[in-house]
Amino acid sequence: MKQTDSISTLDGGLTLVAHKHLSTGSAISSMEQSKQYIVPLQQHIGVISQALVKKGDRVLKGQMLAKPGNLISAAVHSPVSGIVCDVKQHDIPHISGNSDLCIFIENDFKDEWIERHPLADDYNQTSSSDMRKLIRDAGIVGLGGATFPASVKQTEMNIETLILNAVECEPYITCDDVLMREHAKDVLSGADIIGHIIKARQCIIAIEENKPEAIKAIQLAIDNDGTGFFKIQVIPTIYPSGGEKQLIQIITGQEVPKGRYPAELGVLCHNVATAYAIYRAVYLDEPLISRITTVTGHGVKQPQNIEVLIGTPMRSCIEHCGGYTENSEELIMGGPMMGFSLKSDSLPVVKATNCLLVTAKEENPYQQKHLPCIRCGKCVEVCPVRLLPQQLYWYASSKNIDRLIEHNIFDCIECGCCAYVCPSEIPLVQYYRYAKTTIWQQERERKSSDISRQRHESHQLRLEKQKQEREEKLRKKRELLKNKSDDNAAGTKGSDKNNKQTTIAEAVARAQAKKAERNKVNNNEDKETG
Amino acid sequence: MLFKQTPSPHIKQNISVHDMMFKVLYALIPGALASMYFFGWGVLFNFIIAISVCLSAEAIILKLRHRDVYATLMDGSALLTACLLALALPSLAPWWLTVIASLSAIAVAKHLYGGLGFNPFNPAMVGYIVVMISFPLEMTLWSAPLGVNDGWPDFSTSFNWVFLGTLPFAETIDSISMATPIDLIKTQLSQLHDITETRNNIKYSALFSNISGTGWQWVNLLFLAGGIWLVKKGVADWRIPTAFLISLVLIANLFSVVDYANNSSALFHAFSGGTMLCAFFIATDPVTASTTPRGRWIYGAGIGVLVYIIRSWGGYPDGIAFAVVLMNIAAPLIDYYTQPKVYGDPNK
Repeated sequence: MKQTDSISTLDGGLTLVAHKHLSTGSAISSMEQSKQYIVPLQQHIGVISQALVKKGDRVLKGQMLAKPGNLISAAVHSPVSGIVCDVKQHDIPHISGNSDLCIFIENDFKDEWIERHPLADDYNQTSSSDMRKLIRDAGIVGLGGATFPASVKQTEMNIETLILNAVECEPYITCDDVLMREHAKDVLSGADIIGHIIKARQCIIAIEENKPEAIKAIQLAIDNDGTGFFKIQVIPTIYPSGGEKQLIQIITGQEVPKGRYPAELGVLCHNVATAYAIYRAVYLDEPLISRITTVTGHGVKQPQNIEVLIGTPMRSCIEHCGGYTENSEELIMGGPMMGFSLKSDSLPVVKATNCLLVTAKEENPYQQKHLPCIRCGKCVEVCPVRLLPQQLYWYASSKNIDRLIEHNIFDCIECGCCAYVCPSEIPLVQYYRYAKTTIWQQERERKSSDISRQRHESHQLRLEKQKQEREEKLRKKRELLKNKSDDNAAGTKGSDKNNKQTTIAEAVARAQAKKAERNKVNNNEDKETG
Repeated sequence: MLFKQTPSPHIKQNISVHDMMFKVLYALIPGALASMYFFGWGVLFNFIIAISVCLSAEAIILKLRHRDVYATLMDGSALLTACLLALALPSLAPWWLTVIASLSAIAVAKHLYGGLGFNPFNPAMVGYIVVMISFPLEMTLWSAPLGVNDGWPDFSTSFNWVFLGTLPFAETIDSISMATPIDLIKTQLSQLHDITETRNNIKYSALFSNISGTGWQWVNLLFLAGGIWLVKKGVADWRIPTAFLISLVLIANLFSVVDYANNSSALFHAFSGGTMLCAFFIATDPVTASTTPRGRWIYGAGIGVLVYIIRSWGGYPDGIAFAVVLMNIAAPLIDYYTQPKVYGDPNK
């Protein structure tokens, strides 16, 4: 079954203690419904979605609450039937720690669905663009954590291979593992749908070798399927093999060119949970209103995987899992390597919530102050992108933007390998994140100052021109007057007629010149404003 | 419920600067013991003086700079600098020589540049160079190794010489000290006695053994052993010592094959003087070395070439310190031009 021979390896990476057994002891459990749900309008990468409901509206389960804001955006749906009790700013689980617009729904516990018309097997006769629309209307985003709108990813480019990402390389997280154990067939159905949309020739399901039960379940489903479309690929357990670019490197041996898309290599990556969500959208006509989340860590009493409705307050999830232990310390959304700690458990579960990790006190690795970098280069050895983290740290602390860009700071995937091995315990990722934000901000400021400078310069130019024109006019007038007086002084009758004619000709020429000038100025102004 | 927030990652490998420095210190032990065995009490005195001066200087300066004295002392870096100096300085170095070298290392080379992590030059080597340039005569005062003539002087003779500068009646410093093999070959060559002649000279033959110099070969072998352990533990980078030894051996071999009478063999170079100490403990100092994978090859090879040049044609007995500091100067440049191509780089 193990087919680790034909694959490439990742640069760098880490072997981490998995802690996966904590949450794989029991089956996925469904959560009892809460009284109130908080559905943020920004749960995806892209533009915030636009609310379709207002305070006081009654909504049904699965009803679209907000539509995509533009192409790169995603719809959100009501997880229950009930009343929209508020639409307001609320803290959302995001790395920025910001708050955003959320729709608050008071559950009426009637569980009344919208009308559903599952497409089921008919998807085979449905066009790719209609299928993309269906997935878009279902609000499906990448559930591996990146939350990029799934339908946007399913390009029309020529895709040879669909890679189903079941790597789940972060310690503690097991939601994809248990999903495959319990719903292997449905996951494959979802992958088949994606394969139909992008017209892929094969589908490779990549799983780390530390999930033997999931491998077995998927293999069984593949054997039952028998179409030859699916292939399982077991890969070594090395963090961060589950990163999209890293996985493509492992599976295909090729690197996605800088600033380009995987599709250009003829591959497309989707997470297994995304495939499962697509299956549910097609076969049950169910939009993305729930997901499987791992609630785990030594700070929670009964770690397990739960099927949870989007918008559920995190506190309810923890309570469902027996509550906090006495020495619980931090609440992290995501894994221990890339997840971010949250300030409160009143935040709602969102589409990106693959894991709620509650750490215990003794687990916190960091002291208050870190030591200076001794340039040992351990970070270089583990960086999967082949960056020089120690140099980036140096330039980030000295705010040397040119050097940061030269050393490819924007290629950093923030996987945290460098910080994990750092003997000086420097929170390197935080430095890089800060540096990136600073550079973006400066770039924005530079752009806006460029625009105002241009405006100012063209304004000055316009004023200058007007002044010159005025002077020119005055000069001409003066000359004319002078000529006239000269002519008058000569006082010959014969030239009088000629004189009149030249005066008329001059006047016509002046008028024309003026007209032309005005057009020119208008044009210039158009350019400036346009 | 409200929680405390920390940046990711939230797990950490169990590794610290303290661990790394102390592993380096442990790896030094076999070679250091051999050094004491072959060169006597003076080496121990070097250790005592260097350690006490380096640690005191570090503590005082940290205090002056309002830094956390205890935490920084515990990182082990000053202790390591002291030990490297103690092993590099001649075994009969007078106490003030060691004090000056230690102060230069810690106060000038390390803290004037901002302390650990900010010093561009290897502190121990800067300390060594300061005394080498200022007191060239005292820098040649190695005791005769065990097994050569009467071997090293006894405790009271060594103590009186190192701390009081006095010698027993009828003894001169020349009678208890002896030139190192590298130094001897060099001075003999300048007097037109080729290497075979020197090695066969009844006065000097005991200084040479089958690999290199008597005593020296064992000291080097044990530093090599400690070094290999260090590389295996992942503390020292393997590229720098490999590149250094390969380049030194290659260039030495080239010259000795062409003219063996006037150029020592590659084996002799590899196991003489401070070669192995430099390869695994000095050149690998991460702060001052190149940090890119390719850069480390260049950096190590550069030291090898410079060591050979200074040993063979320079005016000093050994070339380690100068070679290392010269390559320290080049390290930032090497790093800059040896950036690895990142993932997906079109020019890869």
